Amino acid sequence: MRPEPFGALLYHFGTRRLSFLKNQRVLTVVRSLADHPSARAACAAAGVSEAELPAYARALATLADSQMISERTVA
Amino acid sequence: MTLTHDMAPAGPSAAPGKLTDLFQLGLDAPICLTWELTYACNLSCVHCLSSSGRRDPRELSTAECMAVIDTLERMQVFYVNIGGGEPTVRPDFWELVDYATAHHVGVKFSTNGVKLDPAAAARLAASDYVDVQVSLDGATADVNDAVRGPGSHATAMRAMSHLAGAGFRGFKLSVVMTRQNIPQLDQFKAIADQFGAQLRLTRLRPSGRGADVWHDLHPLPEQQRLLYDWLVAHGEQVLTGDSFFHLSAYGSALPGLNLCGAGRVVCLIDPVGDVYACPFAIHSEFLAGNVRDGGGFETVWKSSPLFASLRAPDTGGACRSCGFYDSCRGGCMAAKFFTGLPLDGPDPECVQGYGSAALEAVSVAAPKPSVDHSHRKVPVTIGRRRPPSKDCEENPLAGFTA
Repeated sequence: MRPEPFGALLYHFGTRRLSFLKNQRVLTVVRSLADHPSARAACAAAGVSEAELPAYARALATLADSQMISERTVA
Repeated sequence: MTLTHDMAPAGPSAAPGKLTDLFQLGLDAPICLTWELTYACNLSCVHCLSSSGRRDPRELSTAECMAVIDTLERMQVFYVNIGGGEPTVRPDFWELVDYATAHHVGVKFSTNGVKLDPAAAARLAASDYVDVQVSLDGATADVNDAVRGPGSHATAMRAMSHLAGAGFRGFKLSVVMTRQNIPQLDQFKAIADQFGAQLRLTRLRPSGRGADVWHDLHPLPEQQRLLYDWLVAHGEQVLTGDSFFHLSAYGSALPGLNLCGAGRVVCLIDPVGDVYACPFAIHSEFLAGNVRDGGGFETVWKSSPLFASLRAPDTGGACRSCGFYDSCRGGCMAAKFFTGLPLDGPDPECVQGYGSAALEAVSVAAPKPSVDHSHRKVPVTIGRRRPPSKDCEENPLAGFTA
C-alpha cells in the first residue's frame, strides 16, 4: 500500500492487480481494520457517517473481491 | 522492447472524482516503470521500439542498477517492466532480478525466449514476484519471422513450452498487433491457452525502427474495429497494457486506465540511465534526465521540468471539440510525435478519421529517433587482398583512398 495525495494505491503481487483508495478517510479505515472488531467499527472510528456507510461497504467489498483485504482468521 | 502497465483498476469508489483526473496530475512515484536493461539483442525485429541490436558501452553497471533498485524500493514503485534489447543476455540479469524482488520491487520482464531453458523456467516458476512476457508477433512462423527474424517463432514456442513444463501458470504471451497478424487473434488466444498463459496484445508504435515500417504494418481502419470488438468480447481475460485507449472512441471504454501515463504514472529508464517520459518515446524531446545525475531517479521523477509540463492539465487542443475526447483523450503522444503530428491534435490512428486527415496535412518530415543501436548491416571488407598499385610499390597503403 502506497500513500498518494488523493488516497492510496494498493498492489497485490499474487493477483498482479492494482487498486485505488480514492480518499484519505477510506485509507484510514483500511489501515485500522485490524484494530477494530468489525468493519463498521473501523468506519465509525474514522468518522464515517451512517449515510456514508453504504458507499464504504461497497468499497470494502470491492477490495475483498480482489483479495486486497481478507477476513481475519481466528487465532 | 517492453510495454507498460497492465492495470486492472478495481477502484473502491468512496469519493466522487474521476481517477483519471487525479492521475492526470501525476503520482508521487510511478506505479510501474519500464527499464530497458541493455540495447544488446540477438534479434533485429523490424519494429523495435528502442532500435536495439548492439550493446552500448555506457550501459549501467551491476552496482548502478542495484542503486536504481534501492531508489525504486524507497519510492515504493510496485514493479518494473524489464526489457531491452533482450534483457536476459546481460550476464547479471538473474542477479538483478533477485536483487529487485529481495528489495520488494516486483519484476516483469519481456523476452524473445532465447535464454529460457528448462532450468531458467523452473527458477521463474518458483518465484511469486517475477512475471514473464514472451514476445511473439505471428501465430504462425511465416507471419512472425517476417517481423522478428528467422527462427524466432520456434524460439518463443520452445520457451513457452519450458515455462508451461515447469508449472509456470499465467505468464504472458505478448503480441504487437499488426495488419498481418490481426486475422490471427483467435490463434494467438489458442496458443496462450495451450501453454496456460495469458494473452497480452499491444499497439504497434511508429517508434524506433517501427517508424520505418509503420505505414506497412499498422492496422487498417476496418481491422481496428475488428480488434476493438474482439477486445470488448474478451474483456479482462486479455491484457492490453492500456495501449488501445485510442480505440475507446468507438464506444465503451476498454478495461484499463484509458489515459496516457507518460511522466504521470509511468516512464522509461534506458540502458545508459536516461529517463524518458514514455517507453515509446526514446527521443531527446522526451528526455527528462539521467539516473547518474545527482539526486538520481527520484529527483528526475519529482523535479524534471519536462514531467511537470506533462502533468499540467491538458487542454485537448484540436481534439477538444470532438465528442469522443473524454474517451480517447487524444490518443498516444509517441504515435503522434513519430508520425509528425502535433501533440495536441488527433492520434494518427484516430478511429473517427481525424488522424488520416491530419497525416495528409503534415508537411515536414517526422522526427527521427535520436538513439540507434541497430546491428550494422555494412558488408565487411577488412582483409580483402588488393594487388599492389604498382609492381615496385612497397607502401602497403599505396593507392588507398579512405
